Amino acid sequence: MSTPVVEFRRVGLTYPGPPPVTALTPCDLAVAPGEYVTVTGPSGSGKSTFLNIAGLLDTPTTGRYLLDGVDTGPLRDGDRAALRGRRIGFVFQSFHLLAHRSAADNVALALLYTAARGRRAAAERRERAREALARVGLGHRADAVATRLSGGERQRVAIARALVGRPALLLCDEPTGNLDTGTAQSVLALLDDLHAQGLTVLLITHDPQVAARGRRTVTIRDGVLREVGAG
Amino acid sequence: MRPRTRTRVVEPSRLPLRELLAEALAGVLQRPARSALTGLGTVLGVGAFVAVLGLTATASARIDSRFSVLTATEVGIEDTGGPRPDLAGLSFPVDADARIQRLNGVEAAGVYWPVHLPAGSVRAAPVGRPSGDEQAAVVAASAGVLAAAEPHLVRGRTFDTWHDTTGRQVAVLGAALAARLGIGTLDTQPAVFLAGRPFTVIGIVDDARRGPDPLLSVIVPRGAAARLWGGPTQDRAKMIVVTRIGAARQVADEAALALDPAHPENFTALPPPDPRTLRTAVTSDLDRLLLLLAGICLVIGAVGIANTTLVAVLERTGEIGLRRALGARGRHITGQFLCESASLGLLGGLVGSSLGVLTVLGVALARDWTPVVAPVTVAAAPVVGLATGLLAGAYPAWRAARIQPAEALRR
Repeated sequence: MSTPVVEFRRVGLTYPGPPPVTALTPCDLAVAPGEYVTVTGPSGSGKSTFLNIAGLLDTPTTGRYLLDGVDTGPLRDGDRAALRGRRIGFVFQSFHLLAHRSAADNVALALLYTAARGRRAAAERRERAREALARVGLGHRADAVATRLSGGERQRVAIARALVGRPALLLCDEPTGNLDTGTAQSVLALLDDLHAQGLTVLLITHDPQVAARGRRTVTIRDGVLREVGAG
Repeated sequence: MRPRTRTRVVEPSRLPLRELLAEALAGVLQRPARSALTGLGTVLGVGAFVAVLGLTATASARIDSRFSVLTATEVGIEDTGGPRPDLAGLSFPVDADARIQRLNGVEAAGVYWPVHLPAGSVRAAPVGRPSGDEQAAVVAASAGVLAAAEPHLVRGRTFDTWHDTTGRQVAVLGAALAARLGIGTLDTQPAVFLAGRPFTVIGIVDDARRGPDPLLSVIVPRGAAARLWGGPTQDRAKMIVVTRIGAARQVADEAALALDPAHPENFTALPPPDPRTLRTAVTSDLDRLLLLLAGICLVIGAVGIANTTLVAVLERTGEIGLRRALGARGRHITGQFLCESASLGLLGGLVGSSLGVLTVLGVALARDWTPVVAPVTVAAAPVVGLATGLLAGAYPAWRAARIQPAEALRR
C-alpha cells in the first residue's frame, strides 16, 4: 500500500482553558493517493478545526499528523508554511482572489513562494498559470481582472491556483458555499474531473448533497470524527 | 525546542528580492488614489525640507555675494587715542597711508576726519553774503582715502600724495555742493573759501563706493587741513583700508602694530564680518523654524503612512491568510508590507524633492536670484522619505506577520 497523503494518528485538538475545550477528539484517518473524501457535519461541529489541522494552519495538541509521509509534528513554523505551499492546494468558500489582479496573476501567485527562482522564473510562472487556467476551462479569461469574473469563474480560478503547484492534496473548504446551484454543479463536476485525473481531494462541506459526491464520506459531530459506511 | 539534527524534509519557501519588490509595487499601484493620498504627507514633508534648505542656501549665497564685493574687502581702523584720548588728538602717524600700504594684501588706505568749521564757512567767494551751505561738511583726507573710496569723478581729478605732503590747498567737491556754490566748470580754476582760506577746486565727484559720503562734502588734503586747523577736534580720525579679497581679516590683525608698534592699543581695527558667521546669524532663526515645520510635516506624513498601512493590513487580512496558505512565511508578509510603505515613502520623497526644487526655482526666478540647492539635500530627500516609510510601516508589518493564517482565512 502506498503512503497515505493524509494520515491522522490519534490527532486531537484541545484549546487550553479554563475551561479546556475539545475541538477535535483524538481520531485516526488515512486518505490514500487518488481518493476523493468528503468531510461533513453541521456548523460548529469541528469541521474548521479539522480543516485547519489538515491544512497545516493549526497544530494538533495530541497525536501525529503525517502529510504525504512527512511527520508535521516536529516542523517549525517556516517549514510548515513551505510544506503547506508545496503539498496542499487550497480552495476556499470565499475564493480569496486578489481583486485588482488578473486571473493569470492570481494563479501565478501560488508559485511565488515555492517555485524555483531564476531569470525565467516569472515567465515560467505565467506559463504554468495559463496551463492551469486552461485545465479548468478558463484559458480565454486569463487576462480578466478578478473583479470582472463571475462567481463560478472565480472559483475556477481559485481551483486553478490550487492546482498550479501540483499539490499532493486538494483541500476544499465549502467550495460551493457562495455559488448558485447551477454554478455549484459545474464546479463539482470540475472536481470530479480532477479526481478522475488522479488528484487526491479532501472536501469539507455542511451540504449532504455535496458530500455525496465523494467516494468516501467522513462525518464530524461535536468534535468526533466517524467514517460513514464501510471505512 | 527540538534539536535541529534532522535533515530538512521540506524545501523552504522563499521570496527573491525582485519578486518582493514587484509584489510591493503591485500592492501600491492597485489602489493609486489611496496611495497618492497616503504619500501626500511625505510629499509635503520632504518638499518643505528641500525647499527650506534650498531657499536658505539661495539666500546665503546672495548674502555671500553682496559681502564679498564690498564689505569683505574693507577694514576700518578707529583712532581710540589709547588710555587718555584727550591728550592724543591724532594717533595716526603722518605716513600712516604708506605704513598700511606696505602690508600684504592692502590695495589702498587713507586717514580722514571731519573738520569742524563755524557754520557758513564754506563759500564760493572770499567776501559778501554767505552763499554757502550750513550742511556742507569739510573732510580732511589723505590721498589714500580717495583711492580707497573709488569715487566717480564728474570733472577734474582727485588729489594725490604730492598735494597731501606739500600741503597744497586743493579741494574735491561733491556734485551737489558744487552746484549750490555755482561751480559748474573747472576751466576757470574756481576756488572755494573755507573759513576764509582759498582752496582750488580740482575735481567734482558724484558718488563713491566707500568711505565718507562725498555728495555734500568738501574733501581737502590732510596736510593742508592739519597745517591750517590742526588735528581732529571733536570726532576722532578714522582710516579706511581696502584689501584684496580674503586679506581683510589678516590686515585687520596687523594694522595696529604697523601703524604704531609702540602703541598698538591706540587703534581698533574693524574687520568685515565673517561671511560664515553672518550667514549663520541671518538664516539660523528662520531656518530652524522652517525645518521644524518640515519635520512636523514628515511626522504627519509618517503617521499617515502608518495609519493607512495598518488599515490596509486589517483590510487585507484575507490576502495575508491566502499568502500564508500558499507558503509565505511570516517574514515574507512583513517584507511585503514594509516594502509597500517604504516605496510609498520613497515615491513621496521623490515627488516632494522635485516640488521643493521647483519651489526654490520659482522663488529665485521671481526675485531674480541665483537658485542654490546643495546636491546633498536633493540626494538625501528621497532617502528621508524612504526612511519615513520604513519607520511608519514597521508596526503594521509586524502586526501583519502575527496574523494567524487560520483566522485570516475565516473572513
